[in-house]
Amino acid sequence: MSVRRAPSARPSPDHGPSALWTPSRRALLAGAAAAAAGPLLAACGSSSGGSGGGGSSSKTVTLGSNGSDAVPKKAYAALWAAAGKSTGDTLKVNVKQHENFQNQINSYLQGTPDDVFTWFAGYRMQFFAKQGLASPIDDVWQTIGSHFTPAIQALSKGLDGKYYFVPLYYYPWAIWYRKSVFKQHGYTIPANWDQFTALLKKMKGDGLVPLAFGNQNQWPVMGTFDQINFRLNGYQFHVDLMHGKESWTDARVKKTFDMWASIMPYHQQGAAGRKTEDATGFVRDKKAGMIVAGAGTAVQQFTTDPAALADLDFFPFPEITPQWGMDTVEAPCDGFMMSKSPKNKTGATKVLEFFGSPAGEKAYLDLDSSELAAAKDFDNAKNTALQKKEAALITGAKNLTQFMDRDGNPTFVSTVMIPALADFVRSPNTFAATKLSNIEAQKKSIYASS
Amino acid sequence: MTVRLRGRIGLHVLLMAAALAWLAPLLWAVFTAFRPYDDTQKHGYLSWPKSLTFSNFTSAWSQAQFPGYFRNTVLVAVPGVLITLLFAAAVAFVVSRFSFWWNIPLLLLFTAGNLLPQQVIITPLYRLYLDVPGLGSGSGKMYDTLLGLVLIHVAFQSGFSTFVLANYMKTIPHELTEAALVDGAGVARQFFQIILPLCRPPLAALATLLSIWIYNDFFWAIVLISTGSKMPITSALNNLVGNYFTNDNLLAAGALMTALPTLIIYFLLQRQFISGLTLGSGKG
Amino acid sequence: MTARVHRLTKRDKVVVAVMAGIPTLLALCLVWLPAIASIVLSFTNWTGVGGLSTITFDGVDNYKQLFSINPQFWPAVEHNLIWLAALLLVGTPLGMFLAYQLDKKIRLTKFYQTAFFLPVVVSTAVIGFVWKLVYDPDNGLINSLFHTNKPGDYLDWIGSPHLNLWAVLVAAIWRHAGYLMVLYLAGLKSVDPSLKEAAALDGAGGWQAFRHVVFPVLKPINIVVLVVTIIEALRAFDIVWVFNKGAQGTELLSILITQNIVGEASRIGYGSAIAVVLMVISLGAIIPYLWVTFRRERREGNGR
Repeated sequence: MSVRRAPSARPSPDHGPSALWTPSRRALLAGAAAAAAGPLLAACGSSSGGSGGGGSSSKTVTLGSNGSDAVPKKAYAALWAAAGKSTGDTLKVNVKQHENFQNQINSYLQGTPDDVFTWFAGYRMQFFAKQGLASPIDDVWQTIGSHFTPAIQALSKGLDGKYYFVPLYYYPWAIWYRKSVFKQHGYTIPANWDQFTALLKKMKGDGLVPLAFGNQNQWPVMGTFDQINFRLNGYQFHVDLMHGKESWTDARVKKTFDMWASIMPYHQQGAAGRKTEDATGFVRDKKAGMIVAGAGTAVQQFTTDPAALADLDFFPFPEITPQWGMDTVEAPCDGFMMSKSPKNKTGATKVLEFFGSPAGEKAYLDLDSSELAAAKDFDNAKNTALQKKEAALITGAKNLTQFMDRDGNPTFVSTVMIPALADFVRSPNTFAATKLSNIEAQKKSIYASS
Repeated sequence: MTVRLRGRIGLHVLLMAAALAWLAPLLWAVFTAFRPYDDTQKHGYLSWPKSLTFSNFTSAWSQAQFPGYFRNTVLVAVPGVLITLLFAAAVAFVVSRFSFWWNIPLLLLFTAGNLLPQQVIITPLYRLYLDVPGLGSGSGKMYDTLLGLVLIHVAFQSGFSTFVLANYMKTIPHELTEAALVDGAGVARQFFQIILPLCRPPLAALATLLSIWIYNDFFWAIVLISTGSKMPITSALNNLVGNYFTNDNLLAAGALMTALPTLIIYFLLQRQFISGLTLGSGKG
Repeated sequence: MTARVHRLTKRDKVVVAVMAGIPTLLALCLVWLPAIASIVLSFTNWTGVGGLSTITFDGVDNYKQLFSINPQFWPAVEHNLIWLAALLLVGTPLGMFLAYQLDKKIRLTKFYQTAFFLPVVVSTAVIGFVWKLVYDPDNGLINSLFHTNKPGDYLDWIGSPHLNLWAVLVAAIWRHAGYLMVLYLAGLKSVDPSLKEAAALDGAGGWQAFRHVVFPVLKPINIVVLVVTIIEALRAFDIVWVFNKGAQGTELLSILITQNIVGEASRIGYGSAIAVVLMVISLGAIIPYLWVTFRRERREGNGR
């Protein structure tokens, strides 16, 4: 887990961003701005020193949420309401558009973070914890710890071994299809790469788009890379690659891209202009045979049509190297973190304890059945057959990964891998030979400097 | 004569075709916005509509919380326009009525600043906003406040207005202020009572233009505002873009509703708008 | 003229200082100070998290990497230049042509003018959304009309690097031509009508009359247009950001900056280096123009 990173990047906890300027310089700037804005600012004599910290008497807990879509929005609303009822605090929620939330995370956490905010498990969480932008929540985990398996517990810890994350739900990545389509054409679930490629060929012959594909948001394509890479090269190599310990010029990475390139002709055209949810729509409408996707994306496209939803099924990405079998499942986990100096720490702690309880998970999952509860003692009786199958897939896995943008360094993934993978989709056949050394060069410079 | 007539008809055919081609994207958005989602899913977007509906507009209005975002825009745009005009007029007054050695550098500073791409200054600006106290935010920071947005709009937009107003004020005869000076009127009175009233035409034009520019700005808010409900409308349009589910019909309705106020301003104040745009170039 | 300054009373001096001072201070603090800070930061390595003490200077490293191993940098520069060329070579003549035709006092002028001008009023972000509806690979207007949304003869307007820059440029030109039309219309209004009449009666064809009579009059406007166009080309951001986030063939400098410093990544120094490149190009275009303009005006002003 040790990613090379200068320890000096950690700010002293009690100063935060306000320690940025030496007093004279800061006073100068503040004074200049105040003078510039004249009466508008003059009234505001109070210094900005530190961000709250006190305010213990407040009964309000603020909460930043990326759940802007209709389904999660409703489910989160139910969760907030239940948490408010359980803790007696007032929850003030700040909902931002899903991708805006992620894009802004850096400035948001340094600027005016809410007490509690939605985030993702994995290095993506540890990265911000390490920079002192989140509070350790070991006390929360003393209360909720017993609800989670050791795997989930490990997922919730920062690089320093402290807890920083309260999981809410997770969901597996897999290959989704309609049972009736498979039945109609007599397809069988492919168990290995050869059967998979044969199936792709057959689907194309039958006039179907073999693999629906939409990459407008630029992250979905990472899912396919992850699947092929850990099936081909094993969990450990994949994780080491994500953590910057293995080289992108390694022959094994090249092999991953070569295999992927060989099935690119079976991917739906026009991916860059299509949203992954619209691509899923092609599977729903029986125009495409399969899609590599996360459970949430897949299920939500089917919810409007109960008959289609009953027809939806999935299978894990087929085996490539027999040594690894299908031992790894990509199961991203979403949950909550506490910002570095919440205004109402006691309230935030109580709220997080509720989020990590089976009652909290139930409040959310009752309204969003496309995900799986992270708690092991959650009452699964109401789960759909599909959810039960998803849960079995995850519990049967030897290793769990999150996702490239959750397992890797955020700077590297967002500025190097996103354009690089888009480049691969554009010209898959020449990519591995020409672009991998550049990825490695950029990786080195980013990992060395951050 | 017939040659001329034929030419005229040809010209009309040409212009009409061009005008329709010009309007096509907007009309397509209107068409999409009025169709029910299910209809377009079943029959495709290019199909004869079975029914038309307002429901995309109403659900965009409520689902994306448009009223709140419109309110934010008004809270940013109105003070933004007024302060920009006041500041720009003040600077323009000084550089056009007096000859200081620093007149040209000052004009350069304002105008060139206005022309810089926004991205060039964003990081330091954002750090600055974290350290400057602001009003109306629980955190006591300028970051994530509407005031912060107003100020950057003022600082950024002053350039063009200063340029235009300075040009205009130069055309006002010096005798007018001279006479006032003899009467013992101070600089402030000259500015407020003589020059500003005479500048009504360019001020009206600039006010129209600035309203639309500030309304249309997309970038500042997506960086400097971190509370979803404080976003101005143009930046909040993104809220209709789903992570798991995108409804183009809804998006089209939202985009049109976002564009509507600027279109209304344009149709009402067309003359001011166009004269505003040409003011900057009039002197060329 | 300088005499006037001497006549100012003490109180007036304070008033003048306030009138010029406050706006100047605001512009200095919020525009120029950050601009200069960007230059300083471009020579550093900083994650943007933590105090200023966590900034380390590393000379021209950022620039070296930018010029050598960033696969998006040179394409972005190229696309900014193509953007400029397209606006200059297509958008500008188009705007001029429309203005010239609409200046002929024909019927429906108001309608035509409004149609061409509407895109200028709408925000570029909304324009991005609207054109996405047109270019959508599966449901868009174009692919639906021409049935190019079937496997085999698929036209990927948003994704294909051979198409997407041109697709988005059409949207940009669409807007720009309307803008320039208005500028040129104003210019044409100042052409002596009898001159135009005479040229028309002379039997000079449209093109002849335009070239010899009208075009020379538009010369001063052309300079303004040139600057406006350069600025628009360098500032291009919203349309592309909404269209496809500048991926795969539509990279622009403004987008690279945004991705490096405002996204989840935070390579402040590196992003600032790109910002400096953009700033140098912008100021290189702006300052000489403004300097000449202001100098000329000052001379004219003094001569009056």
